[in-house]
Amino acid sequence: MLEIRDLHASVNDTPILRGVNLTVNAGEVHAVMGPNGSGKSTLAFVLAGRPGYEVTRGSAIYQSQDLLEMLPEDRARSGLFLSFQHPVEVPGVRLDQFLRAGFNALNKSRGLEELDPLKFDRLLRRRVKTVNVDPQMTRRSVNEGFSGGEKKRNEVLQMAVLEPRLTILDEPDSGLDVDALRSVAQSINGLRTDDNALLLVTHYQRILNYIVPDRVHVLVNGRIVKSGGKDLALEIEADGYDGYEDAANPTLAQTAAP
Amino acid sequence: MTTIAAAPEASPYLREFESLERNGYGLHPQWLQTLRRDAIHAFTALGFPTARRGNEEWKYTDVRPIARAGFRLPTQSCHSESIEESIPNLASLGDPAWHRMVFVDGRFVPNLSSLPETITTANLADALHSHDSLIQKHLARHAPYRTHAFTALNTAFLHQGAFLRLPPDTALDHPLHLIYLSTTGEPHTLSQPRTLAVIGRGSKAAIVETYAGPDGTPYLSNAVSELVLEANASLDYYRLQQHGDEGYHVGTTQAVLGSGANFSSTTLDLGGSLVRNNLNALLDAPESGCALNGLYLAGETQKIDNQVVIDHAKPHTNSRELYKGILGGRARAAFHGSITVRKDAQKVDAKQEDKNLLLSDKAQVNVKPAFWIYADDVKCGHGAASGQIDENSLFYLQSRGIDQEQARRLLVRGFAQEIIDAIPNPTVKSLVNNLVEDKLPTL
Repeated sequence: MLEIRDLHASVNDTPILRGVNLTVNAGEVHAVMGPNGSGKSTLAFVLAGRPGYEVTRGSAIYQSQDLLEMLPEDRARSGLFLSFQHPVEVPGVRLDQFLRAGFNALNKSRGLEELDPLKFDRLLRRRVKTVNVDPQMTRRSVNEGFSGGEKKRNEVLQMAVLEPRLTILDEPDSGLDVDALRSVAQSINGLRTDDNALLLVTHYQRILNYIVPDRVHVLVNGRIVKSGGKDLALEIEADGYDGYEDAANPTLAQTAAP
Repeated sequence: MTTIAAAPEASPYLREFESLERNGYGLHPQWLQTLRRDAIHAFTALGFPTARRGNEEWKYTDVRPIARAGFRLPTQSCHSESIEESIPNLASLGDPAWHRMVFVDGRFVPNLSSLPETITTANLADALHSHDSLIQKHLARHAPYRTHAFTALNTAFLHQGAFLRLPPDTALDHPLHLIYLSTTGEPHTLSQPRTLAVIGRGSKAAIVETYAGPDGTPYLSNAVSELVLEANASLDYYRLQQHGDEGYHVGTTQAVLGSGANFSSTTLDLGGSLVRNNLNALLDAPESGCALNGLYLAGETQKIDNQVVIDHAKPHTNSRELYKGILGGRARAAFHGSITVRKDAQKVDAKQEDKNLLLSDKAQVNVKPAFWIYADDVKCGHGAASGQIDENSLFYLQSRGIDQEQARRLLVRGFAQEIIDAIPNPTVKSLVNNLVEDKLPTL
């Protein structure tokens, strides 16, 4: 579904990603773990097409398409979804209108029926139930005045409505207490199928107790320095990232080279 | 009549005044004749205010085009059929349920109007017969003309207008819609809408003023409204300015609040080439409060200037101001918000905010807050912001499949929504909603 090869990216001319390789297949859950500043969020934003994130080398092929050439909205229309670490507040735009605009844009691009407000409202109410959010939330401005937990739940609600093939979850656990974390994770699990995939970016292991990954990748200093099964996450939880940082430091690596 | 030193651009207006006085204006009560004479003297002495250094009130708005153009009161009497043809969408200007008074070039058109049966609403000129002393008590007593040239010009030609008297403890069932239309049958038409509303003790009303005129020809609409709220009265006031693309508009509103009175206003500016609104609220008794909101949408070379002056004359008064502008093309806007808290007016709570969304690099806004605080136990705050569409928000919408253009539209619409949501009356809200919807794509 997604094949990332030697991906390099810079923000404000500062290199952040320094050669990422990663393959995600349908039905899989991949976790990318790393310390602060390792490039986790940058990877998520580069894949979603955020302006200001410049790809300097490498490729990302998503369902046989060159993902990096596509507009953000076209990536969404082809089934890619980014759940934001910090969802944006959009004053004056109601969540239900916002979601209908997105839903219809996706449907239109696929030659499917665009729903009028009434029909969409019925669909939205079902999704609201599925992910267990307050129905009143959909009448409010997008994320405006939402608590941290409400914002995260709202991202999951959007995921439930847009039914993406590939979901990138950027720190879906940050700012959540244990109960909220479990509930959000359950909602995400409920949306998994054999046809879709999750790429979950996280600093901490704890969410992986609920969303169990097929593969875990350790991202340090812009590179994946180790990949393994779900046990790798537990190792990191126990030992931290310290052992990986030297290996990833390009200056040290160069010095060590003969 | 005494000879006075006239500002040169004022002379045609003085001559017109003198000619009118010879031909019938004199039929009005003596006090009104004296008032008008006083006002034309004031106007000729003041002349038009020009944007020059030291003239803070008119710093951002150059009215020389108005001064030079030499606008004139229309001579022809208006025929309502031709009006109906020239304004085919009269119904769309309001809601069918509203009470309505239609004025064309300042003149009342009874057969296009529908007045409430039980409440006194009338053409000012007619109301003079029945409410002479009430009108004399209030007319031109609140909106100062000796110091304000445009108010003086309006007052000098005072004749027709809208008069509303709401007796104590009465609620007006539907908004009173005052439609002030300008026509351009004659070149450089001057119309001078005038409103006087006296809302009785404990009464409640909504007044909607619509200002509109055709595109393509310059005209001047110079309006003055005086709104008197007696104790515990409540008034929701709306100004929906939809002038033609070459129309000039100067609108002055003076609200005076008794104890416990509540005044809300929503000023919507959509049309006009040069627009200046002066909105003044005098909080003249304790526990009175006002919430003054505004939304100005301007494109091309439109110039919209809002001056809002709040006078906290008494303790325990509060005011809220929220103005928002969306500017495209080479549009220019100014917001000048002045708040005075007089000596001994303790426990005043005042908040002022002006936010602008600039859709083009050539659009410009000047914001000038001014606070004059002579009491020490007060709470005053202000905020001003202007900027472009937020890139983060834009990306967030795009990441949900919404294309950039639609995302922009949603965000711009969302910026205006706060003002629309704050409108208390649901039928006005839906009207404003549609007006904004129509205007935004042109920016």
